Amino acid sequence: MVAVVEPASARRETVSSAPPLLSVRNVSVRFGGIVALDGITFDIHGGEIAGLIGPNGAGKTTLFNCLSRLYIPNDGDILFEGKSILKSPRHEIPTIGLGRTFQNVALFDRLSVLDNVKVGCHSQSSSGFLATALRLPGVAAEEQRITERAWELIEFMDLRPFAALPAGPLPFPIRKRVELARALAASPKLLLLDEPAAGLNHEEIGVLEAQIRRVRDLQKVTVLLVEHHMSLVMAVSDKVVAIDFGRKIAEGTPAQVQRDPEVIKAYLGTGAET
Amino acid sequence: MATTMTTETPANGGAAAETVPLSGLRRPVSKWIWLGVIFAALLPLIGGQTGLISNFYFLQLSLMIVYSIAVLGLNLLIGFNGQISLGHGAFFAVGAYVTAILIDRYEMHYLATLPPAMFVCFVIGYLFGRPALRLEGHYLALATFALAIAVPQFLKYRHFEPFTHGVQGINIFKPDPPFGMPLSPDQWLYLVVLACAIVMFIVARNIVQSRMGRAMMAIRDQPLAADTMGINSARTKSITFGISALYVGLAGALHAIIFEFVSPDSFRFELSIAILVGAVIGGIATLSGAVIGGFFVQFIEKYADALTKWVTSTVHLPIHLEPWTIYGIVLIVLMYTMPMGIAGGLASLWRKIRPPG
Repeated sequence: MVAVVEPASARRETVSSAPPLLSVRNVSVRFGGIVALDGITFDIHGGEIAGLIGPNGAGKTTLFNCLSRLYIPNDGDILFEGKSILKSPRHEIPTIGLGRTFQNVALFDRLSVLDNVKVGCHSQSSSGFLATALRLPGVAAEEQRITERAWELIEFMDLRPFAALPAGPLPFPIRKRVELARALAASPKLLLLDEPAAGLNHEEIGVLEAQIRRVRDLQKVTVLLVEHHMSLVMAVSDKVVAIDFGRKIAEGTPAQVQRDPEVIKAYLGTGAET
Repeated sequence: MATTMTTETPANGGAAAETVPLSGLRRPVSKWIWLGVIFAALLPLIGGQTGLISNFYFLQLSLMIVYSIAVLGLNLLIGFNGQISLGHGAFFAVGAYVTAILIDRYEMHYLATLPPAMFVCFVIGYLFGRPALRLEGHYLALATFALAIAVPQFLKYRHFEPFTHGVQGINIFKPDPPFGMPLSPDQWLYLVVLACAIVMFIVARNIVQSRMGRAMMAIRDQPLAADTMGINSARTKSITFGISALYVGLAGALHAIIFEFVSPDSFRFELSIAILVGAVIGGIATLSGAVIGGFFVQFIEKYADALTKWVTSTVHLPIHLEPWTIYGIVLIVLMYTMPMGIAGGLASLWRKIRPPG
């Protein structure tokens, strides 16, 4: 291992002393004979913005899918606030505080933007079929709470003009913002962003960078992003983990990772020179 | 219901919110719908007492409402949850038989048979929906198709004959209106059916415009993302299947009461298709579409055959029209002109012609 995590990063001195929020322990995933992830280990501390980088096919999305329980690792464990998430069923992952967005934006296309964000509140609410069918006491109050939370996030992501429109036909950058609002609706402690910059132009990436910071600072959410766009990752992250061929090749501050010879080799010198 | 409109709009956004129809919000039921319901409830007084509407037409209207309830139930499953069923006629049959057996053999009051009929259908629907979770699209369609074919045969099964009377079916008698009300049995049952329909539509609306309704639609649109939002897909889908079966079972039970007769051959496979056609033609994923769908099932189907014969005999066409020709033509034309169903078609027409502002 070439790069070593320094106990106190230049930007956030206090985080490393607290127990990590997310702890990925020796995680391996194999699809048949192909090793997608090979003993990945890293920690993320509360309040950080962490970037996960690596060339195409390095295993970034596979790791993300393990974190949201879409895949089960063959080996290793994933601890969130000290508890393994691998025993929880998939639909309980948001309840324990993990939210995510998808690389290709997975919105509920026929629902309005507002309803999409309301679905994001699902894990934070509890009325069942019988209660909602009969409008039992408490349902209206909960619906009001959901509606208020959804509007709050629609305002936060500047989506008011689109609130009533079906999400399907909206332009791609807007859809990305809707997805972010939907993920935030569950008040996650850790937000996983899968390639948030993909499909955005230069200007939109600038907006995104500010939005990610605002998410961390205003919504008090720790962020882990997978990203190809190097300048975004380097600008926004407190800490970067680089993987290649399923193995971790570097970990540290953006400056450290950028200088790392393994990373430079993996990217053939490109990307790291921002 | 109208009191639960909850959105707080900031002062500067108020104007925008008024011009944009916020479809995601819980809107009060339009006053036109309530006027229509009141008019429908007063029909026995207006039409019946003046003699303008015969008992036969009240029976027809009752059947239309019954089919609306069935179409609504199937629509909850197909339109709002994205699960297909070609076999909901089976639940119609089960609901009808539960009611008929309870009245015939256990001499229960006809209204008291409705909750058991709904309950039995919910349980069967839930239990069927549970293993059917593994099936998607065409495969689910095939499994439900098998259900529609199997149930009539079950009803003919020899060892069930003490209950079902086999192929002969069960005769029950039309109840008289209570408290000596000045109504004919057909008029009274029309009111009973209408009341059931109103309750069931309100319940459906409550579900659809709530947390669970959004979960149903989220599963329909993006199953994987629905999971990561914390929606228990397996549970939501099988309960939706049960609720849908409950609706269709209630429709079957009411059908048995107003028709005074059940037999295995009343619930053939065609019935499942008729309900499905009603749901699609009326408008998938709309509640109002169910009323149109019920109308379509009851009237277009019944009269298309007669109309075909009438056209053949009066207009001397150079071609020979088979029975059902007009039904088929109507279906094709409707699907071409209104792919979103009649309710969807009318809604988009209204958006085009409504006065500006």
